[in-house]
Amino acid sequence: MSDRPDYDFCASHDFYGHSACPGCGEKILFRHVLDVLGPETVIVAPAGCAAVTDGVFPHSLSPVPYLHVAFGATASAAAGVRAGLDMSGRENVTVMAWAGDGATFDIGMGALSAIAERNENVLYVCYDNEAYMNTGMQRSSATPPGCWTTTTPASRLKSEPKKDIDAIMAAHRIPYVATASPAFLDDLKAKVERAKAIRGLRFMHLFSPCPPGWKSDPADSIAIARLAVESNVFPLYEVYEGERLRLTCQSSSVPVADYLKLQGRFKYMSEREAEDMQRAVERSYAALKLRHEKSKVCL
Amino acid sequence: MVDTQRTLLLGNLAAVEGAIYAGMRFYAGYPITPSTEVAEGCSRELPKIGGRFIQMEDEISSIGAVVGASVSGMKAMTATSGPGFSLMQENIGYAYITETPCVVINVQRGGPSTGLPTKVSQSDTMQARWGPHGDYTAIVVAPSTVGDTVTETIRAFNLSERFRTPVVVLMDEIIGHQRELISLPKPGEHQVINRVKATVPPEEFQPFRLTANGVSPMAAYGEGYRTISTGLTHDPMGFTTNEPKEIKVKLDKLRNKIMDFRSEITKLRVEMMDDAEIAFVSYGSVSRAVLLAVALARSAGVKVGLVQLYTVWPFPDNKLRDYCQKCHKIIVPELNMGQIVHEIRRVMPPDTEIHSLQRYDGEILTPMQILEKLEEVM
Repeated sequence: MSDRPDYDFCASHDFYGHSACPGCGEKILFRHVLDVLGPETVIVAPAGCAAVTDGVFPHSLSPVPYLHVAFGATASAAAGVRAGLDMSGRENVTVMAWAGDGATFDIGMGALSAIAERNENVLYVCYDNEAYMNTGMQRSSATPPGCWTTTTPASRLKSEPKKDIDAIMAAHRIPYVATASPAFLDDLKAKVERAKAIRGLRFMHLFSPCPPGWKSDPADSIAIARLAVESNVFPLYEVYEGERLRLTCQSSSVPVADYLKLQGRFKYMSEREAEDMQRAVERSYAALKLRHEKSKVCL
Repeated sequence: MVDTQRTLLLGNLAAVEGAIYAGMRFYAGYPITPSTEVAEGCSRELPKIGGRFIQMEDEISSIGAVVGASVSGMKAMTATSGPGFSLMQENIGYAYITETPCVVINVQRGGPSTGLPTKVSQSDTMQARWGPHGDYTAIVVAPSTVGDTVTETIRAFNLSERFRTPVVVLMDEIIGHQRELISLPKPGEHQVINRVKATVPPEEFQPFRLTANGVSPMAAYGEGYRTISTGLTHDPMGFTTNEPKEIKVKLDKLRNKIMDFRSEITKLRVEMMDDAEIAFVSYGSVSRAVLLAVALARSAGVKVGLVQLYTVWPFPDNKLRDYCQKCHKIIVPELNMGQIVHEIRRVMPPDTEIHSLQRYDGEILTPMQILEKLEEVM
């Protein structure tokens, strides 16, 4: 962590709270990300939990301008805001897109790829709760295999792997891609700080527990987020210029089963599917580790 | 699937029942309130009967996949609400010009834009008519109850297959999220229409052949016919044309195959209109409040009746004029800033007094409000 005093965004304005569910990961992430970004920030967010739980005027959670746009338009609107601010001499303002996994992995993918290709000076943050939670838990391409949702019912659980958004974004060779978790706040804040200092498109992928969707105890949100990292289901790393990859948190090789068992959404998973997931996680992590070691050599 | 017992059913799931009854076997959709239960229902039911459900990445893709499945011979459907309906418009126009049967359900919520996801509205009435760019002739049906939703969805598929054109089922949040005790139709209870298939030798086949009723027999991909479909304006062979004569023929065909058979498409419900001096004209969930208001007014001796539009588009000009000919006053209650009322003004003789009753704050028009309007107008 830097020694820069934290900006406490909750204390910075008349804070009335929010209307999100207890144990919501997104709200924890939002608070800590804004603490680092500070008041010189504009937020662009699409339809989704974040936008509808921000509060109703004057009970807004956000101390900074918040542009709530149509579902597929987050990245494009952020590019427009960036241009407008730059043209008005406000290059110092951070434009942060704040979008869920549906808005990022699915409907907003084309627009996100386009701002990456143009390397727009935007910080795009995806809070990933692995399904369409605002409409009541429908699968997205971020939903892991073996997961129950209302459109992948128990009789036909999702079978496709989760889309590797981080690899996709890194393949655009943008300056910065990072994953982060609410269970590792120092790591999260350090990454936001690094992202803030970089020009061009920065993509952050944040793990966001969702108790109603995941059928988990709200009190377990942070424990689940921690287990996701410790079991390598959601490894923490960053990628510079699409090349250098650095793992930022050593794995402790906790079994994936420990992560799954706290969540009702995985209760229809067969033992075999759970074993498959364990193996897939091990494979992906080994690949990351190899890239991490190679990157050290290249430095 | 089809259960003949009475069942307590959600409006959005009634649409699934109706669609499956009509032969729908492909559904592509994207979650959006208040229509999501249609997708959820299809994800559960279609695999059981050899159908296929795909959750798409957005609404443009949803209607795109529906068009693709239809040209491959399937009866296909998607469901959405305001913002998604806006995204679908280009491809609805594509389905129209390529004469591809398909059904789009719009469970209306308040707009414009993201608007009021959980609140009722009828503010897409004109969008359903004019949504796609270019000259467009719409077929739009509007149920008012959960039971209606089953039958109107069946009718939407039948019209779509009969006329080779996209059909919109204009529901609203009240109907979509209401549960009612209904009897599901028995097999054979309703007619199910299938598209006319090509039977000519392959070398004679014209995918958009000009016929007496304007509807060209259709061949699915893989059935041995050479079929070209394009969103570019095309001749009967499907080849792109810039020939003014051919362009006009194509656009006339698209319109006339619907408008020449308007009486076959329009459907109205008429209640207590025989001696009515004042008429209500309504569609969708509002009609239910109107019906109660009419019954209450009748018990107080007021000669009032209801004409409910089950077909909103094409607009039933002649039928409405006939039913309302003795009425000197018409009240048009709508959950919007006044949309269908303009059609009634267009159709009725100029000396008919036409009153618009609007509500667009996300709440329903109550029977009491409707009675108050009646008193005011009397």
